[in-house]
Amino acid sequence: MNALEVHDLSFTYPSGSVALKHITLSIKEGSSVAILGSNGAGKSTLLDLLLGWKEDSRIILRGRSLQSYGRKELGRTLALVPQSEQYNFSFSVLDYVLFGRSPYLSSLGTPGEKDALIAYAALKEVGLSEYAQRSITNLSGGEHQLLLLARAIAQESNILLLDEPTSALDPANRKKVLGLLKSLHAKNRTLLFTTHDANLAYELATHVAMLKNGELICYGEKEKVVTSEMLTTLYDTHMHVALVGQTTLIY
Amino acid sequence: MNDYSKEQRHRRGLLSSLCLLTLLLAFLFLFAGRYPSPGFRLPLDWSTNAMTRTIYLQVRLPRIVLAILSGAMLSASGFTFQMLFSNPLVEPGFLGVSQGSAFGAALMMVLGASSTIAVQTSATFFGLLALVCSYFLATRFRFGGWLLRLVLSGIAVSAIFSSALAVIKLVAEPTKDLQDITFWMMGGLWNASWRQIGSIVWIVTACILILLGFRWKMNLLSLQEKTSFSVGLSPKRDRVILLVVATVGTTLIISITGLIGWVGLITPHLGRKLFGSDSAYSLPGSMIIGSLFLLVCDTLGRTLLSSEIPIGLLSSFLGAIIFIIILSLRNQEGKA
Repeated sequence: MNALEVHDLSFTYPSGSVALKHITLSIKEGSSVAILGSNGAGKSTLLDLLLGWKEDSRIILRGRSLQSYGRKELGRTLALVPQSEQYNFSFSVLDYVLFGRSPYLSSLGTPGEKDALIAYAALKEVGLSEYAQRSITNLSGGEHQLLLLARAIAQESNILLLDEPTSALDPANRKKVLGLLKSLHAKNRTLLFTTHDANLAYELATHVAMLKNGELICYGEKEKVVTSEMLTTLYDTHMHVALVGQTTLIY
Repeated sequence: MNDYSKEQRHRRGLLSSLCLLTLLLAFLFLFAGRYPSPGFRLPLDWSTNAMTRTIYLQVRLPRIVLAILSGAMLSASGFTFQMLFSNPLVEPGFLGVSQGSAFGAALMMVLGASSTIAVQTSATFFGLLALVCSYFLATRFRFGGWLLRLVLSGIAVSAIFSSALAVIKLVAEPTKDLQDITFWMMGGLWNASWRQIGSIVWIVTACILILLGFRWKMNLLSLQEKTSFSVGLSPKRDRVILLVVATVGTTLIISITGLIGWVGLITPHLGRKLFGSDSAYSLPGSMIIGSLFLLVCDTLGRTLLSSEIPIGLLSSFLGAIIFIIILSLRNQEGKA
């Protein structure tokens, strides 16, 4: 079954600027899809639409229109990992990860012991369990990205939407986050992430969708679509895909 | 995991202790006053003196109940505003609600419709109107981020209602209406009666219960709207519900007590200091602290001097001092 399907999707902002034009794509359950494009290509808008944040009837989630999902049901199916998050209150790391349990609670419910166990397990998975009682305002940039991932893991949704997951990270933290995302994908989670980093797309994705000025210029298995020619067209600058030993390098 | 359970037990224990302390003080403060002489006096002539019974049951007890109710509601309201706008410096006054309510109440006073229900309705209506105006203006402003626009529109709306209130004071009859308005602006519980409490207690209690019901969800509503949406909330709908509930509760209290400043601003800070940022505990904690705070302010106000000190003056004075202390205290490194 397809995890997500998009049929002839277009989106125009109230200001009149066209963000997406006639996008059609199918994302298989368990695949890892990179939405690759330069700044302003429409990547984040597409992610917002797939999340249901911007309503559109042309998106099919697991065989049903996205709009037919209730709020909690959608939260149990799709989880968002934003690029960053701003906080004005110093929640503890554990309290913050517990927010991911919201779709499983009653309307006015509060998390219980079982939710705390799941949140702890998520923290352990990303390597932050010893920081459980720390304030989130005292985490470094890399730890912060891991925290966002932990919340999404605690949400136990099978489809993860990630907005530029490694764009603000140093090489060490990038490697750590990448390793985690690979292990989540290995556990059959469907990953859909935006990026302008072709190397990340090639390393993490099974499929790549290239967006340029709101148009999908190609979509398919990464080995077929990530070519010097396509990347040069996408970024309007000379790009090369080279095989160095066992590693594919894009520069 | 054990730490989590231990922390939850600790927070629940602290909430219970504060509740007990509030009840104990409420009982003790019943004996504080200036009748038959200043200080703490046990009513030894309870069975024989009707005046004693009236003072204890019809004057002091309603004040104590109103102080507890007002403290809880104003704190819950301030806390809710801070969470919804993700800004620890926001309270209903920042968005014009207090000034709108003040205008509404004063308008009824000069129009001669000074019945409790007329003042309450008008204060609630104009409080809500101020909130809607602030929100609408913020969406229309073309300057700065959302929070800045909201605060700026709140300042503008507050200023408009303040000006309108000044006009009302100018035209008010100096020996009656002007005095009423001036005292009302300073806030006070001297008018507390069972009848007045009865006129607001059900709606205010309902408002408090609704806010308490949302106590954990408020955490999520303090995050970016897209994030709270992604974890299964309907943030726009929930925000509107909570804003209206908090505003209605606040304006109903204000319509009886007059303006009582600072409670909604400082008690959420104290609540978060004591219970951590998780609103499941810091909201009820703030409410109890608010009740305690107003209980102490009112008792000081009616016992310190031979003439009563308005509670609004005391709460502003003590509130500002507590605020300075809170902001000067260094948070323990790394602790949530």
